[in-house]
Amino acid sequence: MTTVTDTPAAPAGKTARPPRKRGRLVPYWLLLPGLLWLVVFFALPMVYQASTSIQTGSLEDGFKVTWHFATYWDALADYWPQFLRSVLYAGAATILCLALGYPLAYLIAFRAGRWRNVVLILVIAPFFTSFLIRTLAWKTILSDSGPVVSTLNALHILDVTSWIGMTDGDRVLATPLAVICGLTYNFLPFMILPLYTSLERIDGRLHEAAGDLYASPATTFRKVTFPLSMPGVVSGTLLTFIPAAGDYVNADLLGSTDTRMVGNVIQTQFLRILDYPTAAALSFILMAAILIMVTVYIRRSGTEDLV
Amino acid sequence: MPFVRWLRRNLVVIAGLVTLGYLLLPNVIVTVFSFNKPKGRFNYEWQQFSLDAWTNPCGVADMCGSLSLSLQIALWATIGATVLGTMIAFALVRYRFRARGAVNSLIFLPMAMPEVVMAASLLTLFLNMGAQLGFWTILIAHIMFCLSFVVTAVKARVMSMDPRLEQAAQDLYAGPVQTFVRVTLPIAAPGIAAGALLAFALSFDDFIITNFNAGSTVTFPMFVWGSAQRGTPVQINVIGTAMFIVAVLLVLAAMLIGKRKNKAV
Repeated sequence: MTTVTDTPAAPAGKTARPPRKRGRLVPYWLLLPGLLWLVVFFALPMVYQASTSIQTGSLEDGFKVTWHFATYWDALADYWPQFLRSVLYAGAATILCLALGYPLAYLIAFRAGRWRNVVLILVIAPFFTSFLIRTLAWKTILSDSGPVVSTLNALHILDVTSWIGMTDGDRVLATPLAVICGLTYNFLPFMILPLYTSLERIDGRLHEAAGDLYASPATTFRKVTFPLSMPGVVSGTLLTFIPAAGDYVNADLLGSTDTRMVGNVIQTQFLRILDYPTAAALSFILMAAILIMVTVYIRRSGTEDLV
Repeated sequence: MPFVRWLRRNLVVIAGLVTLGYLLLPNVIVTVFSFNKPKGRFNYEWQQFSLDAWTNPCGVADMCGSLSLSLQIALWATIGATVLGTMIAFALVRYRFRARGAVNSLIFLPMAMPEVVMAASLLTLFLNMGAQLGFWTILIAHIMFCLSFVVTAVKARVMSMDPRLEQAAQDLYAGPVQTFVRVTLPIAAPGIAAGALLAFALSFDDFIITNFNAGSTVTFPMFVWGSAQRGTPVQINVIGTAMFIVAVLLVLAAMLIGKRKNKAV
């Protein structure tokens, strides 16, 4: 018996060792090409941007690094309204996305039954259709003579929104409301999908248990469902707020010169005015601001394992 | 009041359907206005029913050229990002090595960065290197921002895989290559397919990063952007409608395949 078990074991031990040594390098070979790509085309550009932001000069004479940090101060002094607007619009859009997206995610997770996949497809499919075309469609929907604006007017809602500065008289297009509406629309799927994923993971028996303990549906939601969906809420709000804060398409297509966000300024500075240092400084401030906000938010909401 | 009771019980369903309506309303408008015959250069107001745009979808100068360019870029970006991303995902899930945390953050950061920041910084790199902006710079950028999404999608699938299946294959004397091709790859396929589909959609639809790094090259989203200033041809709505239909069919097919694969495992 001993010879039977011993003989195969010895050669197996011999042959097993070399592959294991080679195997130690396998993860690095797998990582190398992709990480190289990210380092060269994601991390390195950030370094170049940092260096561009402290350069002075002009397009004709060339730019040189002069450690001119005043660019940052000037950029903030000139464009703080656009920064503020970006945070406000993106914040409003994120809250609206949460308010609108939660019921739909809940519907897909618990109430859709055999319609679940159909609704999911209808949420995902717009991803594949050009978002620019769909954003342009809002020009038609919110047009001055359209049914939406006349209904809002008849209900005197536009009087209220005009009073708080969200709309302009009986118009919606080219006002902050139109931009926020477009932002909400564009980033809504990014809210719905993470919410759905975390809601779907909740064990349905927890709802029954809450009901058995005489919790009303509202209490069940407040004490069981919502807390358990927190990972989805956190990643959903991040996935909507971050891109919304950097967006310039909605502000450009649906807004006016009074609704310009920081993305619009960066785009104009980089591609039209060709003032690269200012543009790079603005972009850097935006990045830093968002990273700080995101870090604080994740710490506060206590879901660090999310990342 | 039975109606009020019914309303209260179905409040979530009603609110959810309202959101779904909000989400799909622009798609309905795009479809309806693909049958419009506008008077001026802009297709924002309904005038008259017409099939002109549908019978002559490439009747606008440069539009179909930009469409085919976008499809080519999306195809190559998908292949590039899927191959690189799948490799990273396997390395992250299957191996323990140093700097795993750093690698994870490097994967996460592009998804947590506003697109305009990535677009602008990439432009500063290309300007400093004196690179010619065009097809290649767009492709490089698209592979870069699709990569993280592919990694996330594939990682989720590989993580839920039972490593004992591969051990079983090896116990049955399958070599490492055979194990990978016959066991690992088929099980990971739905995740890879989901990542690839996402990469294709992201690349095809990207405007912000392309706008910064395209030079004078015009992709389809850039064509639409330009037309918002010059005048929007009805054909744009035709393409938008066709894309929506193709997308629904694609996602439907992907879901059916995924379901079959799940059952097999």
